[in-house]
Amino acid sequence: MYRYDELDQALVDQRVAEFRDQTRRHLAGELSEEQFRPLRLRNGLYIQRHAPMLRIAIPYGLLSSTQLRKLAGLARRYDRGYGHFTTRQNLQLNWPQLADVPQILAELATVQMHAMQTSGNCVRNVTADHLAGIAPDEVDDPRPYCEIIRQWATLHPEFTYLPRKFKIAVTGSPEDRAASEVHDIGLHLQRDAHGQIGFTVLVGGGLGRAPVIGACIREFLPLPHLLSYLEAILRVYNRHGRRDNLNKARIKVLVKSLGAERFREQVEAEWRAGREHAALLPPEEIARVRACFAPPPYATLPDSDATAGREPAFQAWYCYNTRAHRVPGYRAVFVSLKAHGAVPGDMSAVQMEAVAALAERVSFGLVRTTHTQNLLLADVPQHELYTLWRELAQLKLAMPNIGTLTDMIACPGLDFCSLANASTIGVARDIQQRFDDLDYLYDLGEIEIKMSGCMNACGHHHVGHIGVLGVDKHGEEWYQISLGGSATGFTALGEVIGPSVPRAEVAGTIERIVETYRATRLDGERFIDTLRRLGLAPFRERAYAAHPAAA
Amino acid sequence: MRHILRRREWVADEWRYLGEEPADAPGDAALIVPFAQWRAADQGWRGRAARLGVQLAPPDRVEELAPELPHLSLVAVEFPNPGDGRGYSQGRLLRERFGFTGELRAVGAGVRQDQVFLLARCGFDALELAAGEDREAALAALSRYDVAYQPGAPQVAIRRQRFFAPGVR
Repeated sequence: MYRYDELDQALVDQRVAEFRDQTRRHLAGELSEEQFRPLRLRNGLYIQRHAPMLRIAIPYGLLSSTQLRKLAGLARRYDRGYGHFTTRQNLQLNWPQLADVPQILAELATVQMHAMQTSGNCVRNVTADHLAGIAPDEVDDPRPYCEIIRQWATLHPEFTYLPRKFKIAVTGSPEDRAASEVHDIGLHLQRDAHGQIGFTVLVGGGLGRAPVIGACIREFLPLPHLLSYLEAILRVYNRHGRRDNLNKARIKVLVKSLGAERFREQVEAEWRAGREHAALLPPEEIARVRACFAPPPYATLPDSDATAGREPAFQAWYCYNTRAHRVPGYRAVFVSLKAHGAVPGDMSAVQMEAVAALAERVSFGLVRTTHTQNLLLADVPQHELYTLWRELAQLKLAMPNIGTLTDMIACPGLDFCSLANASTIGVARDIQQRFDDLDYLYDLGEIEIKMSGCMNACGHHHVGHIGVLGVDKHGEEWYQISLGGSATGFTALGEVIGPSVPRAEVAGTIERIVETYRATRLDGERFIDTLRRLGLAPFRERAYAAHPAAA
Repeated sequence: MRHILRRREWVADEWRYLGEEPADAPGDAALIVPFAQWRAADQGWRGRAARLGVQLAPPDRVEELAPELPHLSLVAVEFPNPGDGRGYSQGRLLRERFGFTGELRAVGAGVRQDQVFLLARCGFDALELAAGEDREAALAALSRYDVAYQPGAPQVAIRRQRFFAPGVR
């Protein structure tokens, strides 16, 4: 993984000193809440429903065991002993005290971490495919480029006060596992005919109030021009993005109002005019960062059948919670944060410390966070799998449901977030209870439920096979159901099937929808494919069949 | 009399904004005109004062000011609040693309100590601090960071920088 050099370390240390001073001034009454707000947001600090919330950056989802242990320690000392992993691969602490935050940031800096730009109208954490570097179908590892973009975007003098937040995702595989098409910028690694690395550039994707799939503005951007091209996009946006209406300030609105073609022309013109003064990406720097992501020292191992002679429970876990690896003898292992009865994405300090130790023993001391709110041990020898499974099971981290209906994405919702209209945690629990039978879950196969507590769509509900959106109706929590969204394979936005349903009806409605699938699917057909074949009508009809309460 | 932070010096501002009462000095030695009025009067402002400056509002297009730059000793870029970042792009464009070498001044309620480092890196060499801002704190904030990732103007001392632009240095 990337290791800070003296520059990186000095910058985060100086940032901590700056925020310590800003917090002191705020607490002393020298900075009003209004003045302090943009400053604290750029250090990941929100003021939430119960207390401040601190969002800690996990760049492209990669953590060392040392860092995960530090997060556990912080969760224990400054929070209530747990943290919440988000769809943007970050970690949120829900209960820190404002006065403690500078110290938390100082402690993060000791393990090369920070909370810079995890909030506010600036370039946010750059996200990547959680199988980066190990996926068999990968063109190139996206993480070095994510790290380069992270550095370029950090405290960028021109782009720290953008019209709105700005999210970049990079993927290195033909199968997009980073939801890159619903990011402000999505970069797809490619090789040209000469084997040179470059990117397809998509701009203007996004979820939230008006979901849009990004438009391709460049088929192939050669790697050395990466930063100058990003700079051109950001400059066009910084100058011309709307600032009069918060809901229309994302780059997607600018791209839409200009049209992708005119937007592309403006970016290309800006790029040509500004290249002499934009950051150049020299080959030595690319090589330096790439070297940090060199493959770990894999052993030469035989590819064996790890499940032979083992009990069915292990076989199920192997089938659902592990993935193929590029290197013979290894598997990638999901640490499921979706145990039934648990809050999706939540993890206790005890679990974090235990996983940190497991990673040191079986996966080169590295842990990844996924945008589906699980963790991943990327490089586990197959002969370690059985023991690992037993240990994860003891920690309640081996729920064999990855990729199934209960591997739900959910934002923190009304229980924590001051933006939310409705809770998500309780609904997630209802769904877990209703679908608690594993054989039934397995029979349903691959189904993605994504749930958000408000229009901001942190739970990516637009791109769920089944999307659930909490809405407020005269002070009551209701839920809008959409079908047909997808962020893997090809990106599609779901369609709302009809009137929203009360909270008590969500799990039942979902059950009627999947029962419709069971009744109509062809042999071996996935839920999403049945949906695409039949359209929404039969699902809509059945979904509302049993509850006249819907309004 | 108004003071500004110019290249780390706290100095009396010899410039007058159009519409302000003339200072003690007789006549207009140095006058700043809003860009909208500058344009409306066509050539009329030239010769009005020994030295002329233009004030840019956030929506103003730097490209339209570019032909006027040879006649200007100062460009004042407005930051009406800390959240409006358009002026950072205007500043960099003036310095880098249009080669403006006169005084580049940040002015407005958004010019606070927490912004001055970024402003200086974008090429601003004069800071007209927002009301109530402490000049010593602003001066100290210019030295808050001594490292940077991006290319930037040499207004603050950066001992280590990661990325460089081909056209600079």
